[in-house]
Amino acid sequence: MQATALGAGADAHEKAAMVPCWSCHGPVRAGDAFCGSCQAVQPPGQVDHFRRLGLPRAYVIDLGVLEKAYFQAQRQLHPDRFATRTAKEKALSQQQATALNDAYETLKDSLSRATYLAGLMGLNVLKEGCNALTDPVILMEAMEMREALAEAETEADVTQVTKRAQDEIADCEDEMKAAFAKGDLEALGTLLTRLKYLRKLADQTRLRRAELRGRA
Amino acid sequence: MALLQIHEPGETPAPHANDTEVAIGIDLGTTNSVTAVSVEGRPEVLRDEDGTALVPSVVAYAPDGSSIVGGLARRLIAQRPDSVVSSVKRLMGRGIADVKQVAGHLPFTVAPAEEGDGGMIRILVGGRRLTPVEVSSHILMALKERAEDVLGRAATRAVITVPAYFDDAARTATKDAARLAGLEVLRLVNEPTAAALAYGLDKGAEGLYAVYDLGGGTFDISILRMEKGVFQVLATGGDAALGGDDFDHAIAEHFLKDWTGSKPGAGAVKQAIATARQVKEDLSATDSGTWALDLGGEQQHFSLDRKTFEALIEPLVARTVRIAADVMEDAGVAPDEIKGVVLVGGSTRVPLVRRMVAGLFGHEPLADIDPDEVVAVGAALQAEALTRGSDTLLLDVTPLSLGIETMGGLTEKIIERNTPVPVAKAQEFTTYQDGQTAMAVHVVQGEREMVDQNRSLARFTLRGIPPMTAGAARIRVTYAVDADGLLTVSAREETTGTEQRIEVKPSYGLSEDDMARMLRDSMVNAKDDMAKRLLAESRVEAGRAANAVRAALKVDGDLLDGAERKAVDGLLAKLDAAIEGSDRDAIDAAAEALEEGTRAFAEKRMDRGIRAALRGVQVDELAEAADRGGDARKSAQAGD
Repeated sequence: MQATALGAGADAHEKAAMVPCWSCHGPVRAGDAFCGSCQAVQPPGQVDHFRRLGLPRAYVIDLGVLEKAYFQAQRQLHPDRFATRTAKEKALSQQQATALNDAYETLKDSLSRATYLAGLMGLNVLKEGCNALTDPVILMEAMEMREALAEAETEADVTQVTKRAQDEIADCEDEMKAAFAKGDLEALGTLLTRLKYLRKLADQTRLRRAELRGRA
Repeated sequence: MALLQIHEPGETPAPHANDTEVAIGIDLGTTNSVTAVSVEGRPEVLRDEDGTALVPSVVAYAPDGSSIVGGLARRLIAQRPDSVVSSVKRLMGRGIADVKQVAGHLPFTVAPAEEGDGGMIRILVGGRRLTPVEVSSHILMALKERAEDVLGRAATRAVITVPAYFDDAARTATKDAARLAGLEVLRLVNEPTAAALAYGLDKGAEGLYAVYDLGGGTFDISILRMEKGVFQVLATGGDAALGGDDFDHAIAEHFLKDWTGSKPGAGAVKQAIATARQVKEDLSATDSGTWALDLGGEQQHFSLDRKTFEALIEPLVARTVRIAADVMEDAGVAPDEIKGVVLVGGSTRVPLVRRMVAGLFGHEPLADIDPDEVVAVGAALQAEALTRGSDTLLLDVTPLSLGIETMGGLTEKIIERNTPVPVAKAQEFTTYQDGQTAMAVHVVQGEREMVDQNRSLARFTLRGIPPMTAGAARIRVTYAVDADGLLTVSAREETTGTEQRIEVKPSYGLSEDDMARMLRDSMVNAKDDMAKRLLAESRVEAGRAANAVRAALKVDGDLLDGAERKAVDGLLAKLDAAIEGSDRDAIDAAAEALEEGTRAFAEKRMDRGIRAALRGVQVDELAEAADRGGDARKSAQAGD
């Protein structure tokens, strides 16, 4: 496992944590997917998404590495590998695979990864819809783009709005990198709200484009 | 007994590999079904003496209640329309309301469920009232018997394919049918995924592929990403009530419109549809022709050319193309990014279908494997992979969003469509009235905002919520979908721990009582079968326990002195002997004795493990870690 500035403290304690294997009753390191002696699959345990996939706890991650780690882990833990095993092993593999899917789905997307990581760092991120747009600059930007979308009459018009949303998303993600590096939770809160609405807008442009295409 | 076997984590050995048994792959189709088996990576489609692989999914019922499945049953349609059922797959997991809209198209009579029936629709055939699950089980039973005849060994386990777009109710119905037929379902695999597996797209092929599957009664489209040994489904969609049968209906209607004889009866429609199927097949090879239609002793001739035929079915094919475009949009994929298109299903033989698919993707589609057989081949490969082990990984998704009814009849989605399975997601709800002690949970599937436009899967009530002020209770509802795509829902009041868990038995499904009764009725030897299954389970479980102790002895055997070791070896030998026998109680007792007899050994092992772990921790952490070591489980949970 790779220790990181954020994760190092926890790792030292976890090394000492041993739990009994449900199958052979011998010691298993907490968080390990398999028992070292009898190879039985273990419950997924309470491990954060980064650690589950053996990644450093950071906003900037290599998506190729993430995917490789995910495939590698699913290859060992997916229920298809346990189709002829005992009911208990089938159930545990399903829990493991579920936890892996949760980790992968959360980390592969920049918005959900940022929200999750900010949460680990202690930022109380409210569920979507609850973070009101309070920053006047962001509010203006939001209104302008919504207006542009509402007025869009052709696919080309919509594509322009999409393009603008995508540029803003890229900017937002760049600023996010800096905020995570500095550990600036306040800035992160604002950026997450902005990214959330930009994503929603981009989705709406997709729908609008499909609508216009359907009409044509 | 055997030497100690050590397997890599996650590898699937075949416990008590029994060479007299084989796991089969079944494509349970609307019009035809196909069975295949794979041995050492070589799949083979099972054929009858004439080399025919396709078994018509048609069941004829004799007055004594016995059934005939396949070609013979299909030939009986004209003579005894009231005793024959076809296209039953269209009714799997359906209620009477779903069926009303297609009732005119159904070649048999249906009736709503009656009091005590569960919600599932009934089929009136041969003087009996049967559920679609029972009819399907008769097809599966016949396929199982045929496979056993051809292979000369027992086939009790199977991978069964279902349309990717099948909802939870239809999947559950399929699994229930297998259970009635005495088949253990290793996995329900989505048809397009099975087809991709059959093409071996994992080997060498990398990139994005589409699988276009137009069967007799269902349409599926899946976008998959291939990577060495990994099949990752990105998005899937379709229409569970659109297929080649609809082409037949369009032709039959066209003919019947021009019919000038006396008014055709119920049997006549079936006959017209049978003729229409022939017309469709002929026009896929030739440009025009004339066919005789025989209705109730009267005969008339009809001509049709391919152009008119294509005009008749064009709206149906256009619908599939629109759905395919939407699914690509969902996957965030443009048509020109698709490296190849796989065609599945007999209806893809129709030239117009091929032209329109090629037009959408800009590629000539792949159709090297017979589109009627490709799904069964994939199912057989997966059946072997599940029982004998494999490196290939299939990562599939939920086809439809799963939600819950909230205030005002709105649907709140809990699991979005195209989420990889298995998956579990939870949402918290609260009470809206002071002193409210119960909460109704209504589980729905579909994409629409209003609950009544989605499919209702189940309703249950969480009771025993302690009276609190409105908004104070915290009710956590968890949806979990397994690798077969089947949903389990649980609800729990967090402040008191009141919990309720249900397997979602769809509103249109069979109740457990139904199931028990049908099992009794359908299998004379149900008891025997159950006993055999329980014995097999005990053996697998005992084998697991013995392997675990042997592995532990290998690692920590030095913790035991001579006498202790001898005692454990003795218990292992007894368990091995019991496993060889067929007395289930003896196996369970020997496994229990081994568990008891190794308890002290396990404690010594834990002590050693914890001591070793502590030595690895830095000196200044020692004191704190020692505290945690005393309660290992607690410290593990505190790790997060």
